[in-house]
Amino acid sequence: MNMVMYEEELNQVQVVVDKLVRDANARVVCIVDKNGQLIAASGETDNLDTTSLASLIAGTIAAMGGMAKLLKENEFPTQFHEGVKANIHIQLVGNRVILAVIFDSRATLGLVRLRVKRASDELNNIFEALTRRLPQRGGNTPFGEITDEDIDNLFND
Amino acid sequence: MSFINYLSREINCKIVYYGPGLCGKTTNLQWIYQRTAPEAKGKMISLATEQDRTLFFDFLPLSLGEIRGFKTRFHLYTVPGQVFYDASRKLILKGVDGVVFVADSQVERMEANMESLENLQLNLSEQGYQLEKIPYVIQYNKRDLPNIASVAELRELLNPLKATEYEAIASRGNGVFDTLKAVAKLVLTELKKGSGG
Repeated sequence: MNMVMYEEELNQVQVVVDKLVRDANARVVCIVDKNGQLIAASGETDNLDTTSLASLIAGTIAAMGGMAKLLKENEFPTQFHEGVKANIHIQLVGNRVILAVIFDSRATLGLVRLRVKRASDELNNIFEALTRRLPQRGGNTPFGEITDEDIDNLFND
Repeated sequence: MSFINYLSREINCKIVYYGPGLCGKTTNLQWIYQRTAPEAKGKMISLATEQDRTLFFDFLPLSLGEIRGFKTRFHLYTVPGQVFYDASRKLILKGVDGVVFVADSQVERMEANMESLENLQLNLSEQGYQLEKIPYVIQYNKRDLPNIASVAELRELLNPLKATEYEAIASRGNGVFDTLKAVAKLVLTELKKGSGG
């Protein structure tokens, strides 16, 4: 089972994260899938290694999920970490994707939580629609048409 | 589970290096990191203990180039090899597209190899995967050490599935890229199959 996202949904997700950056006065907002792949990001991402950040965010959600299981909880869907200059709020959305908001003193935790809640609902709708559409698309990927030669060419030094 | 992004035209796949403690999983990633052009790699992240033993995972993102206009990206992970970190290993296997089993060729590590391989099969099956059905490559590491088992012995004990196998000295880079290329190729071939091509 592959996760395939087309421009239409990615644009919808981008609208939500762009809006969240503004509404929450955030520095950065990221959407990450539970396996650690970055789906979308917005804000001051130029000097930020978002690929590494995505894998670590997914790692902490996975670790908390493991802890929840041991404690007979379903999930611990929300995490908040406070630093000196930066804080991070991590929210599991619909058990599918992770919404991370990085913010500083320009925002408050209360504001971030409020805005995250609204954005989570919107994201949930987008990903639910995506899941419904998946069977109709038949799981087709651009990789259906590649040849063994294409793959070999990738490894020619 | 690979992630295909039509907007940025990228395909992302996850490869996990598995094996007993101190078999050389992190060393494989370190060699790949050192020998890859800066534009093709991201930062290598190691979540390790103070003694440099992997605590949660190592992570290295790599770009291999384009196929039909899609950038192919591989995210390489290692698991912590020590037996008591099993809960963490299970988490890292989630959504895996391909597995490399790194075996320690030393005779005294044979039991640890077998235990880790069984553990891999068990943890995969908990996620609904089967080792015989996913892209999988085995590496016999530390071929430069004195007290090692022969490849025939290793094969008999550790490779009943007859997976593609490589001898390696990861600390010197021997066999490291061969292993990576083999598993990456299998992952891409699987994607092609999976999409009905």
